[in-house]
Formats: sequence, C-alpha cells, structure tokens
Amino acid sequence: MEKLLEVKDLAVSFQTFFGEVEAVRGISFHVDKKETVAIVGESGCGKSVTANSIMQLLPMPPAFYKHGQILFNGEDIVQKSEKEMQKIRGNQISMIFQDPMTSLNPTMKVGKQIVEGLIKHQNLSSQEAEKKAIEMLDLVSVPQPEKRIKQYPHEFSGGMRQRVMIALAMVSHPKLLIADEPTTALDVTVQAQILDLMKDIQDKFGTSIILITHDLGVVADMCDRVIVMYAGQLLEEGKVDEIFKNPKHPYTRKLLGSVPRLDMDRSETLYSIEGTPPDLYIPPKGCPFFDRCDQAMVVCKGHMPEREYHTDSHYSCCWLNHPMAKKAAEGSEI
Amino acid sequence: MVEPLISAKNIKKYFDVGQGKLKAVDGISFDIYPGETFGLVGESGCGKSTAGRTIIRLYEPTDGQLFYNGKNIYELPHNEMQEVRRNIQMIFQDPYASLNPRMTVEEIVAEPLEIHNIYRSHKERHNKVIELLKLVGLNEEHALRFPHEFSGGQRQRIGIARALALNPKFIVCDEPISALDVSIQAQVVNLLKELQEELGLTYLFIAHDLSMVRYISDRVGVMYLGHMMEIANSEELYDNPIHPYTKALLSAIPIPDPETQRNRHRIMLEGDVPSPIDPKEGCRFADRCPYAIPKCRETTPVLEEIRPDHFAACHRAKEFVK
Repeated sequence: MEKLLEVKDLAVSFQTFFGEVEAVRGISFHVDKKETVAIVGESGCGKSVTANSIMQLLPMPPAFYKHGQILFNGEDIVQKSEKEMQKIRGNQISMIFQDPMTSLNPTMKVGKQIVEGLIKHQNLSSQEAEKKAIEMLDLVSVPQPEKRIKQYPHEFSGGMRQRVMIALAMVSHPKLLIADEPTTALDVTVQAQILDLMKDIQDKFGTSIILITHDLGVVADMCDRVIVMYAGQLLEEGKVDEIFKNPKHPYTRKLLGSVPRLDMDRSETLYSIEGTPPDLYIPPKGCPFFDRCDQAMVVCKGHMPEREYHTDSHYSCCWLNHPMAKKAAEGSEI
Repeated sequence: MVEPLISAKNIKKYFDVGQGKLKAVDGISFDIYPGETFGLVGESGCGKSTAGRTIIRLYEPTDGQLFYNGKNIYELPHNEMQEVRRNIQMIFQDPYASLNPRMTVEEIVAEPLEIHNIYRSHKERHNKVIELLKLVGLNEEHALRFPHEFSGGQRQRIGIARALALNPKFIVCDEPISALDVSIQAQVVNLLKELQEELGLTYLFIAHDLSMVRYISDRVGVMYLGHMMEIANSEELYDNPIHPYTKALLSAIPIPDPETQRNRHRIMLEGDVPSPIDPKEGCRFADRCPYAIPKCRETTPVLEEIRPDHFAACHRAKEFVK
C-alpha cells in the first residue's frame, strides 16, 4: 500500500500564561491511500490538535510545532509557508468539522460558499462553478439543489448542513479528508445517513479519511484501522478487527468495556475508568495511563514503554506486553 | 398490584411561537412504578426534555394530569407544590451550566436544604453536605472549592449530590451523561445505579444514547415529535420492537463490533424530522414511514397493548406482530 500521509514523531505544544501545555507528544502514524483511519480518545487527548496541525489550522502562537514531520505525498507540511498551505488546504486536504451549525458562514448563501473554493482552486468561471456546486449538492443528496444553493445555512437542518459541509470539502476532490467528530452533533438516524454518504463519497473519489471520534460504534462501522490516543500519545494501533477483538492495551480494553452493548446483560456493571486523564502542563514521564490503570507496575511510572508489535499492523505501548512482563506476572518484581 | 409513583395522563405542553403553536409534547401518558427506571428516548426536538420538565412542573402544562402518589400535582397551590417538590428533583444535562460558578460546592449542595429549612444549625447542615459529598464519591476537602476546579464527571457528581439533598423519591435525569466522555459516563451511570439500590430511588432517565438507556432502564418509552410511539420493558423493546420508527431508530445505532456491524441490515430513514409547529393530524411518523397507509395520515393512532406490557401507537402494529 502506498502511504499518502506520514506523521513522524510530531509534537505540538501551546504556550500559555501558566506554562507550556504539551498537547501532542511525539506521535507517529501513517495513512494509506483509500483507507479510513480512526483516531479515538477522550476529550483533551490531543486528537483534534493532531488534525488541525495536519491542516496547519492552529493559531501560532500560542501553538507551535516542537519537533517532527508531517509528510503529505512526500512533502513536509510543517515547513510550508501560509501561501503554500493555501494551495493544499481545501484542495488536496479537506476537513469537516464537528458542529455544522457554526462551521458554515451564516451570512453567506450556501451556494456562494461552495463556489468560493471552486473559483479559488480550479480557476472556474462563476457560471461553471455554480453548475459544479449544484452537481456537488446533488451528489451529497441534498434535494432540489438548484433552489437550495440560494438559501442561507439557517434554512438547513443539522443533517443537511453536514451534507453541505461534505460537498464543500469534496469540491476539489481532495486526496485526504479529515473528519473531526462529523456526526457527534447529529441524531442517530441522521448519523447513519451521513456515515453512509461518507462511504459512498470515498468509493467514488478514492479519498483517504482520517476520522476523529470518541464513538466506538462509528469506528466499527467506518474504519479500516484504529489509533488509540491518550494524553498526547499513541497507546495502541491496529486493524479494526484486531482492536475490537483483541485489544492489548489496558486503556483500550477499558474504553471498549465502558460502552454498554445491546446484547449485554443489564445486571452487569459497566467498566468505569476511575480518575481523570493527566494534566498536560506537567506531562507524566512514564505511561500516561499509569495512575488509572489497575495493572500498573513500578516500571510504568518512570518509563514510557516502547511499541510492542503483535502482528505487522498491530502494536501497543504497554509494559505488560513486553517479553519481560511474563516474569512479573509470575510474581517476581521488575 | 403496585400503585405507580408517577402517573402521567395525556400531558400536553404547547409553546406559542410566531408562526403558530409549537406542540412540543402532545398528549403523552405513562406510569412509573416505585424503584424503577423509566427511560425516555427520541431524537433531538422530539419533546423528551420538555416532557421531563413539564412532569415536575418546571413548565406549566397546557393540559393533562400528573398523579404523584395519587395526588394530581397540577392542581396544587404553590405552597403545597413546594412540599411535593422536596420529593421530586432533577439532574441536568450540562454540568458546566447547571452549577453557579460563584458559589462553593458546599453552598450549591446546601441550597435546597436552606430553601426548605431542613436544619436549624450550620453545623448540622455542614455535616449533611459532607455526608452527601461522600455518598457521591467526593470528599470533605471538595466542599470549599468552586465548580471550575472540577472536571465534567465530578461536576455531575456535585449536581447529583444537590439533587439528593432533600432525600427525594423521584429524580428526573435529563441527559445526565451526554456531555461526558465515554469512560466518565460509565462512572456516573454506575453511581446512579448504586444510589438507586441504596436509597430506593425512582428515575426518569431521558437520553438519546439508546444503548445506555437500554442498560440503565427497566422500561423504555420512545418519543417522536411530541407523541409516545412505543412503551415496553427494555429487553422486550430492544429485542422485539413493533413500531416502524423504533425499528429504524434501533437499527441506526452503530454497534461497537466490526463484524456485527458489517453484516447487519439497516433501515435507512429518508429525510429529517418534520417541524413540530402546527403538525398535521395523523401519525407523526407517516411521512417517513415505509409502511404508511392512507389511514395513518387521517387519524392519529393511540397507544395500544399489542403484547403483554408492550404498547405501540401504530395502526398496523397487529399486522407486524403476526
């Protein structure tokens, strides 16, 4: 498989009044062509910062890249100037945001918002661009697109707005689509429609998708690979079946266990993860999940575990999976 | 036969808006028995939160009766209502907005005690507050802090402590977990379950997360556009839904298991929820229903017992069961 995007040892921090917040702390992953990769994690784990740093959408300052590379088609995005980014953003990499209510401009007609990008990136005349805009709305199944492009966002329902956002993101056939919690603000029945639409669009254009979400059901539905993120670091990565069937990191296991399943007996108690994620002003030196993990060992506190590969595509960062850990399980101390 | 603790009869709540009447809740009836959890689910705008608020008379109802322990609380004068309010409390959705940022945790939790003049001395009140904080998994040192010093899950615990202050019998939980992270959701839900067992509470649990509702509720009601579509025991409802809307709603839940998710058949609903302003006569779901017949657009179906303890409001329900 060809790699479309490769993130290497990326670290992003924010300079604030109280000191530096290390939001993303040295993460590496890649996205192949035509695949869907999910980044899952709790709020504040750095998943949106990762997405925004790929798009260079973070306000700098306070944000800054500490180190690392983001290679898109072999070129390093971190080094690009704003001018160069404008050619990539919306053209080769597009983004859909969580809240369709606030991410469209309320004072502009929907058609104009789509046309804007077409004129800018594809040098179309305004008539051609409008024709294309209607085509796009039709593609995302907005009924009566000719009429709809002359309306304002407030005249659309939440699901319809998210369709417009998808049309907007897909106008210039980007190679990579970053979807930051695209269905969190929507109802389940509408969510199902939007996820289906995203799958169709992906088949049609061969786009790669990075899906950022905390809903594990959506992940199971959409994705090829899953990356589990916690406190700015990656704890586990693998194919969707590997992660759901055979999670190796205690955090992943607990995360999966804390979602009630439809076939679950109601007298069972839900797994809950006690405590809260660590403060990233003073990031922990060792495993970030240390103080919430019930299998934590002495070694976890001071040293971040290395990646331990279980299959070619599945790794986890946990001392329990280290070859030496078997001894610990048998009772001897490390 | 156990008498219901809460019995809602044909409750209606209309709001006057510029274009007409917004029928947020349009004649819903159900019973809640002591010690049980009744789940209320539906999509946004279906009126579930309005229903919750109307039931405890935070909104004055447009019509209907609500019996609490056999008394119709909609007819009670203000001072008697105050007495009843002691037994009925609420937990709100947004733990960030429902706690006054300028009050300490102790002041927040003590406020209901103060309003109802439960304790004479400060000392006693303080002790009660500490006891409540311990009950919800917080401790004494938290009492002097302000809400902004807490995480979302902890704030929700403060909200629960406040709701428990007056030893209520009935608590309306209006989406208490939807603003929280998955791992924290489980903490709060487990806490609510423990408290129910310990204190013998009765809950009305309003949520849009269907799998969570199934987990916590004994019986579940499904609402759509101000109408109650189906009521049944939660296992029965999720295993054998009758109403086409319930079926579509359940099939839209993404299941966190890739294999099941790939192989299951999903019912896709076309279009969006129609406007609740001056809705047409007939079944509210008729325009999106794949099984709609002309009769559905003419008369509004009423809740009928299709199977034992399983009610559905659908003209064709009996055919679906066969």
